[in-house]
Amino acid sequence: MPEQLAFTIEVFLNGLMAGVLYALVALGFVLIYKASGIFNYAQGVMALFAALTLAGIVDGQVPFSHLINAIFGTDVHHFGWNVPAFVAILLTMVVMIGLAYAVQRLVFRHLVGQEPIILFMATIGLAYFLEGVGDLMWGSDIKSIDVGLPQGLNMWIDETTFNALGYGFFIDNLDIVASIIAALLVVGLVLFAQYTKQGRAMRAVADDHQAALSVGVSLNFIWILVWSLAGFVALVAGIMWGTKSGVQFSLSLIALKALPVLMLGGFTSIPGAIVGGLIIGVGEKLFEFLIGAPFLGGATENWFAYMLALIFLVFRPQGLFGEKIIERV
Amino acid sequence: MFYREAGDFSTSYAEDSQTFPIKFDRYRYYLVLFLAIFVVPFMVNDYWVNSLFLPFLIYAIAAIGLNILVGYCGQVSLGTGGFMAVGAYACYKLMTSFPDVSMLIHVLIAGVITAAVGVLFGLPSLRIKGFYLAVATLAAQFFLVWLFNRVPWFYNYSASGQISAPERTFLGFNITGANTQAWATYLFCLMFVIFSAYVARNLTRGSVGRKWMAIRDMDIAAEIIGVNPLRAKLTAFAVSSFFIGISGALFFSIYLGAVEVGEVFGIQKSFLVLFMIIIGGLGSIFGSFAGAAFLVLLPVALKIVGVDWLGWPTDIVAHLQLVIVGGLIIVFLIAEPHGLAQLWRVAKEKLRLWPFPH
Amino acid sequence: MNKKLKLSTLALGAALAAGPAMAELVFPSLSYRTGPYAANGIPFADGYADYFTLLNERDGGIGGEPIRMIECETGYNTEKGVECYESTKGEGSLVYQPLSTGITYQLIPKVEADGIPMHSMGYGRTSAKDGAVFNNIFNYPANYWDGASVAIKHLLDVNGGSLEGKKIALVYHNSAYGKEPIRTLEELSKKHGFELSLLPIDHPGQEQKSQWLQIRREKPDNVIMYGWGVMNQVAVQEAANIRYPMDQFIGIWWSGSENDVRPAGDAADGYKALTFHNVGSDFPVFDDIQKFVVDAGKAAGAGDQIGTALYNRGLYAAMLAAEAAKTAQGIHDTKALTPAQMRDGMEALEITEAKMADLGLPNFGPEFKVSCENHGGNGLVAVAQWDAAADSWNLITDYVEADEEVLAPLIEEDAAAYAAEAGITPGC
Repeated sequence: MPEQLAFTIEVFLNGLMAGVLYALVALGFVLIYKASGIFNYAQGVMALFAALTLAGIVDGQVPFSHLINAIFGTDVHHFGWNVPAFVAILLTMVVMIGLAYAVQRLVFRHLVGQEPIILFMATIGLAYFLEGVGDLMWGSDIKSIDVGLPQGLNMWIDETTFNALGYGFFIDNLDIVASIIAALLVVGLVLFAQYTKQGRAMRAVADDHQAALSVGVSLNFIWILVWSLAGFVALVAGIMWGTKSGVQFSLSLIALKALPVLMLGGFTSIPGAIVGGLIIGVGEKLFEFLIGAPFLGGATENWFAYMLALIFLVFRPQGLFGEKIIERV
Repeated sequence: MFYREAGDFSTSYAEDSQTFPIKFDRYRYYLVLFLAIFVVPFMVNDYWVNSLFLPFLIYAIAAIGLNILVGYCGQVSLGTGGFMAVGAYACYKLMTSFPDVSMLIHVLIAGVITAAVGVLFGLPSLRIKGFYLAVATLAAQFFLVWLFNRVPWFYNYSASGQISAPERTFLGFNITGANTQAWATYLFCLMFVIFSAYVARNLTRGSVGRKWMAIRDMDIAAEIIGVNPLRAKLTAFAVSSFFIGISGALFFSIYLGAVEVGEVFGIQKSFLVLFMIIIGGLGSIFGSFAGAAFLVLLPVALKIVGVDWLGWPTDIVAHLQLVIVGGLIIVFLIAEPHGLAQLWRVAKEKLRLWPFPH
Repeated sequence: MNKKLKLSTLALGAALAAGPAMAELVFPSLSYRTGPYAANGIPFADGYADYFTLLNERDGGIGGEPIRMIECETGYNTEKGVECYESTKGEGSLVYQPLSTGITYQLIPKVEADGIPMHSMGYGRTSAKDGAVFNNIFNYPANYWDGASVAIKHLLDVNGGSLEGKKIALVYHNSAYGKEPIRTLEELSKKHGFELSLLPIDHPGQEQKSQWLQIRREKPDNVIMYGWGVMNQVAVQEAANIRYPMDQFIGIWWSGSENDVRPAGDAADGYKALTFHNVGSDFPVFDDIQKFVVDAGKAAGAGDQIGTALYNRGLYAAMLAAEAAKTAQGIHDTKALTPAQMRDGMEALEITEAKMADLGLPNFGPEFKVSCENHGGNGLVAVAQWDAAADSWNLITDYVEADEEVLAPLIEEDAAAYAAEAGITPGC
């Protein structure tokens, strides 16, 4: 097998894996946008917040300790216990559900029926708010998350491909786990949406708020549910990305990686987020490998992802899987 | 009382269609102009100009530019940082290539160059709409920043890729570089602010502005009644980018003096200017000023209160700043979704009818 | 905490630029405890503050003159940096340490005009080493180009004196900072005959798979990294993922803190980083810090950073500032200092082993001497290695001098370009 071809395939596979990680972030956007028409700018910060909370709970950190110490002159930092990862994930989920409830009660209930740009603006306010609260609660040092996910080169793939093709492929174990989790997540979400009462109600709300309301679906409940689901997706994304880089402020910037995915897949389609993620992941990696690094001096991935999405959009302005935009005068 | 149209008769069309039909507003406007031009320059020191007035004025120009595109023409853009970078780098190249030409010319030409780039990146807006367009303009943002970082010609092959503004003058006064006077830089920027606000105001209430608003409200309907969407959208992109380019040029040459493109004109800048116009009020010149003031002055004010008066640790103040700004945005939106400009409008309306409630 | 109360009264009215209070020595600290680089900014700011607190508590300041430190949060943001500079310069600030290359660049013309010295230690504009052009800017003891040169020297040592035919990859933050070493490394590759490949990583750097796959394919003999923020942690992790030998991977000092290697756990063992000061808390001065600062409840921040690489860097920066102030007091025979006098002190600064041992910091940094022509010291840099099991950095070399033969012309060229652009006539 020619070396260049083997390299290309390796880059292609890694692009697929990276795409899955992008899609994980994009999923959270889609869930909320589909059900309530809100473009949730705070999704990235939610991932950061969830990961911070998880790391803080595992470590047994005292929330707001820095603030408490500054005001009361005390010197508390840790409760002195460590929470097992699984329990901590559950506790974090409770916090995220609480957050969803608070967001719905305090913010979006008061903004029902407003224009999309105003709802978008509210999520910007929310992003600022959460960022500040997250830092105040848990401090701004880098925390590491260890929930037992494997990391690093997958030896089996490396050896098998080396024996078969003469070049061992690099696939990251974490990426494999992420792909499996993403697949489970999507299947779970689709099953939930198709076969449960709440899921159907959710789809009804996504279709038409007023009709759903008139047949007795509680909008409030559905929106809290959707924000909780988005919080859960944010937690999963936060764990995946946080395992790689440690939990820190920059985690909130992963939202930028999800935007081209969203554009490409359409804001309203869950399978779209996955397919869009794969296309963007493969596209940017291959471009960097074949054109960016050899000819353009590298670091082209960031803008190429957007260019790629832009090219797709020119032909399908609603994204690959978005609902067709029908305009009437 | 004093805030009335009563007794103020228009005798010509010009008077009838003026920006401030109420006498009190008009005098207040003249007073603000007078204070800004003739009083403030004599009172300011370096601190006031460099940390408050310059950022406020320059962001106001950027906000006016973006407001034309988003607020008047309805094309959401997140490429502001990239376009500001075009203005900054154009200005830098002009300043270093033609050292003897006045800064005024450089800044204006930088605006024109940005307008051309803006039109180019505005082309997809003919197909793509709404949030999809917002995300599409991010392509411009990332590509432009990468380009300026990548191609050494733009930063004159300097070792580190930073661009620094050399000393340049306007009417014989230093306005860039190390030895500037606070009042001179302030007045130079103020001149552009007044120019931008004046042009924007008059464009938006003329036929061009009406076309933009028709496109914003419903582009298909606008097309049917004879508005050419291609021309309307592209002129909006051009005019908007022109102002944003000017603000970028001023931001680099007057305010910061040295710029690294990824740090200063990154995606955060695009979001920041967008936040300004949404908080201030879409489709309002006053809103652009109010939004810029809100996001420039509030953090400084909070810092002064928190750190200097209350003596809290700087990091807690910085975090609380985020919490308070975020919280205020939400509270404002719930109280008045259409921004500070709408609050202002409501207040004026109430004042006009006072003492009657309706 | 009483520290905070004290700060409150001191900083009162700072914003409105009260008249300079000449009775104290004012040291502004432009720190970043928030934002994307907070994890690195916090230990540095803590170290900087703790050393001054120690001097105040133990010695009553410098030469009997109390120190006042004004902390201003920049968030690593240039605009906030301007605000911080403008709001503190009227307080009689003696020396600025902006802690960000971006802020340094834009303060260069301002401090020159205002006559306040600036010390960018291990960052900022490299050619500021040329004191004839940059009168008020200092970047001793080492700069980015020294770092690149010493990294290559270290590799020469390891490889028995020759890099002929070796492949070296530079993984760098795609920004002004990251691009700094390119020119130096290109010159050195001509001199030593190694092959250099450049791998830029865009900010913020969470996704580096392409670059590390490329490294895996091309198998460079060594990787040098100029990284910052989240890019460091991800790079170390990815290097571990592709099983790149860690002891062939060298980071600059901003890629060499505990924060950068801890998230990767044991896999980071053996990773090397450059440094221009010693590591660990095994110095007499730390006993004093424990006694006068920590036990007295006056430690900055959470007080949990003592002895980390970046804490030591902050402490080292404060120590150099204090020594320069002492030198200035000696030259001008006065206790209260003006910024101009402080500048003279910095220009006459000489750090010797005896002096450091006296301060309770034996062998903490290189010996160097500042002069009007040379604002950058002798470019002495050491290599540290991470020991994951012991959770600590260890110096594995002495302070090695950079290859001035290669660097001097580059610095001269860049300084001359600045002088021409800014209309400065160089002179001492």
